[in-house]
Amino acid sequence: MTAPDDVKNDDLKSLYQEIILDHGRNPRNARIVEHHTCNVKGNNPLCGDRITVTARLSAGQVIEDIAAEGKGCAISIASASLMTEALKGVSTETAQKLFVAVQKLCKGEVDVAAAQAMVPSALSEQIEKLASLSGVKQFPVRVKCATLPWHAMMSCLAGRNDATTEGVSEGN
Amino acid sequence: MNAVTSVAPAKFDVNEIRKDFPILSRLVHNKPLVFLDSAASAQKPRAVIDAMSFAFENEYANVHRGAYYLSETATTNYEAAREKVRTFINASSVNEIVFTKGATDAINLVAASYGRLALKPGDEIMLTALEHHSNIVPWQLIRDQTGAEIKVVPINADGSVSVDAFARTIGPKTKIVAVAHVSNVLGTILPIEAIVEMAHKVGAKVLVDGCQGIVHEKVDVQALGCDFYAFSGHKLYGPNGIGVLWARAELLDAMPPYQGGGEMISTVTFKQSTWAEAPAKFEAGTPPIVPALGLGAAIDYLNRIDRVGAIAHEHDLLHYAMQQLPTVPGLKLVGTAQNKASVQSFTMDGAHPHDLATVLDRSGVAVRAGHHCAQPLMEALGVTATARASFGIYNTRAEVDALVAALHKARAVLL
Repeated sequence: MTAPDDVKNDDLKSLYQEIILDHGRNPRNARIVEHHTCNVKGNNPLCGDRITVTARLSAGQVIEDIAAEGKGCAISIASASLMTEALKGVSTETAQKLFVAVQKLCKGEVDVAAAQAMVPSALSEQIEKLASLSGVKQFPVRVKCATLPWHAMMSCLAGRNDATTEGVSEGN
Repeated sequence: MNAVTSVAPAKFDVNEIRKDFPILSRLVHNKPLVFLDSAASAQKPRAVIDAMSFAFENEYANVHRGAYYLSETATTNYEAAREKVRTFINASSVNEIVFTKGATDAINLVAASYGRLALKPGDEIMLTALEHHSNIVPWQLIRDQTGAEIKVVPINADGSVSVDAFARTIGPKTKIVAVAHVSNVLGTILPIEAIVEMAHKVGAKVLVDGCQGIVHEKVDVQALGCDFYAFSGHKLYGPNGIGVLWARAELLDAMPPYQGGGEMISTVTFKQSTWAEAPAKFEAGTPPIVPALGLGAAIDYLNRIDRVGAIAHEHDLLHYAMQQLPTVPGLKLVGTAQNKASVQSFTMDGAHPHDLATVLDRSGVAVRAGHHCAQPLMEALGVTATARASFGIYNTRAEVDALVAALHKARAVLL
């Protein structure tokens, strides 16, 4: 559907790209992982968004399965969905690298190529998809929406059981 | 020639009112600002901005201290602001007006001071399901310190609170009833007089959170019959950093100080100190002096305009919005009680309120999205968040139209 001319606002278009709207409407892996080894409720107290991340780690610290379900805006739900797709089969060490790369993308600190250089080359394609989240850089108050599931994931992998965006500075 | 003539204010004209608020002429994202978030904090008329600038430039010093011209002037002005508040809410004495940092501070004061005095283990504090966090959490703090319990009056599906529901919840153990005058999310006006009557029958005191009520209603605390009335300056077109607690004189006299410091004492020795009389007893430290003058200026401003016309105008905007918003596909009104002030929440199928607010902003339309500091209410309504448009005296039907047009555009972007 074509937006009327006066909302053909580039910032809005880059924030609400088709891939974001698609993952926001039909989130992948919106479930609880069976036999999960960690379970975190992520919470943004400013808006009330809640996302539960569950994962099953192998003995060798590889993410065998990961899922995220909850209530939130298009940005946070899409981010959670893209995150679960990117992290399946990845080591916790690589997940940490991806987390940093996504944070920097969302803050506009790196471009796609620089983000790709931060992670193993097998994840280059995932970075391209995750870069669709970088539209938030023009909307400082929405950066936390994009990073909420990632904070929850990091807590989950660290074995904690809650995560909040409050008190976490995402900068501008 | 010296006769005092009272001039009736000019009939309410929103276009004249808008000229009084400098910020309304600015652009946001190159679009005219459509400010629909006055329930969070209202914009300020020139009269308030000027009064505060004048005070800083000409009449600023600390109050109640110096024996010199500026301090005396500042003290006179500060106390004159207290008298303006007294008249505005028809309190019987100026000593019943305590200046606070805001309504949150005022409610915390009552919970900590009166709560400690009045509550024993097993006593009950009665709230409603639609309260703002600032009228929930202070009571939880004092509950945990005193062993009292909190009872919650449920709301109806339309956001109203029925007198019957109060009657079922109130009882001989009820010691404090703390309720909003007007819901900040739903706009519901609560039946305060009926609540007060029931509460007083069982010997309970009633605190009214008047943050929205003071803005949208003509408040007469004596007619309402409540025991405490709290509100903030910044939602009443005044500055932030200043709020008011009105309480009956006998209650303020009985209540212990909330905070200690300068200003609130009579004598201090290391062995023992004695307190000043209310309201000074509750105003420890240097108060928000210029914000108090700003609140006084806001009250002067509201007294100068046709307030009855202004309230009628807000009701017209509300009813127009309640008519127009549902023409947007997928839009659902949240809060449709019969007796409402000009605050309207809504949701849209398939679009989260935060995404709506972001897209609306790019059309220059400022609405609030989220839980509005009322998470228990969100749970009762079965939503995590709503979008909220709230209308002040300066909003127009054309701005309701702009909101509706922007919502159509938001659908095009998000759906």
